[in-house]
Amino acid sequence: MEYTILLQELKNKFEDKILSVDEAADIFTLTVNSEAIKAIVTYLKEQQSFIFLTDLCGIHYPEQEKELGVIYHLHNLVANKRIRLKTFVSKAHPQIDSIVSLFSGANWMERETFDFYGVDFVGHPNLIRILNVEYMDYHPMRKEYPLEDATRLDKDDRFFGR
Amino acid sequence: MSDKDKYTVVEAPEGYSGSGFFATTLDKAVGLARKNSMWPLPFATSCCGIEFMATMGANYDLGRFGAERLSFSPRQADLLMVMGTIAKKMAPVVQQIYEQMAEPRWVIAVGACASSGGIFDTYSVLQGIDKVVPVDVYVPGCPPRPEQIIDGFMKIQELVGNEPLRRRYSPEYKAMLESYGIKTDSYDK
Repeated sequence: MEYTILLQELKNKFEDKILSVDEAADIFTLTVNSEAIKAIVTYLKEQQSFIFLTDLCGIHYPEQEKELGVIYHLHNLVANKRIRLKTFVSKAHPQIDSIVSLFSGANWMERETFDFYGVDFVGHPNLIRILNVEYMDYHPMRKEYPLEDATRLDKDDRFFGR
Repeated sequence: MSDKDKYTVVEAPEGYSGSGFFATTLDKAVGLARKNSMWPLPFATSCCGIEFMATMGANYDLGRFGAERLSFSPRQADLLMVMGTIAKKMAPVVQQIYEQMAEPRWVIAVGACASSGGIFDTYSVLQGIDKVVPVDVYVPGCPPRPEQIIDGFMKIQELVGNEPLRRRYSPEYKAMLESYGIKTDSYDK
């Protein structure tokens, strides 16, 4: 299975949903419209044998208009080919369709992405925090929040540049 | 005894001795017994715990100080030794273990992470266990050497030996526990 053929088939099916293609990187990468992500993952799983979800994670680019990203790594175990899907949403409307109905393994990964980035996976059966304390009231991997803990007492601002 | 110089015994506390009797205060007699048979509960979460394993081993041998028997149940433990990074999610567990220990109880924070958060100045790590339980002795180091842990343990022994028996019944002590959010209902007699 060649990526050129796959890309052609994807373009035939999802022409206006594919925003950019990057073939130069280590993994064949598509940036796609966030509304079509579930349809594209469904197509790749059922029609193109990408039956393994290697990873699902979030990212935050504060300089972009659509700041929050979700990245999917899929693996075709038959042909041993990988594909990476990127999709972006705005912070005001961080809704993306959940793919838990396709990959049960996405359950905890989507919870983690919600926990750290606040991406709202529509249709997730149990979208609550998974790694951070329950009472945390923000999404700590977003760039606007400081890494440091505000309750730290032994660090003097004058010496640590805070 | 002829072989008395082959082993050491603890020194007797201050007191009056005469022919066939020795008198001292109850505080001192109880303190002497307590401090030489501490049962520590090791709460080891990272590298400081590895140093503690060396401390319990033959080279350093914490058993020489009366702490031969580690208690892995908080019910029988006298001393909570927190050694390592405590994540904020772990904080309620540390506090619950402290609550399960019977009085009198002491706490030692071993290493930078347990004392202040250490290098983990981040949103997910508790910035010192003294945010959730009262700490008696802090041992600095990242991780501290076994000698430092022993030194911290001997500081605890000093506190235990000199503690007045009434201290744990005082309203100040109760208020101190309540300032950490620890329930003290069972303290009223």
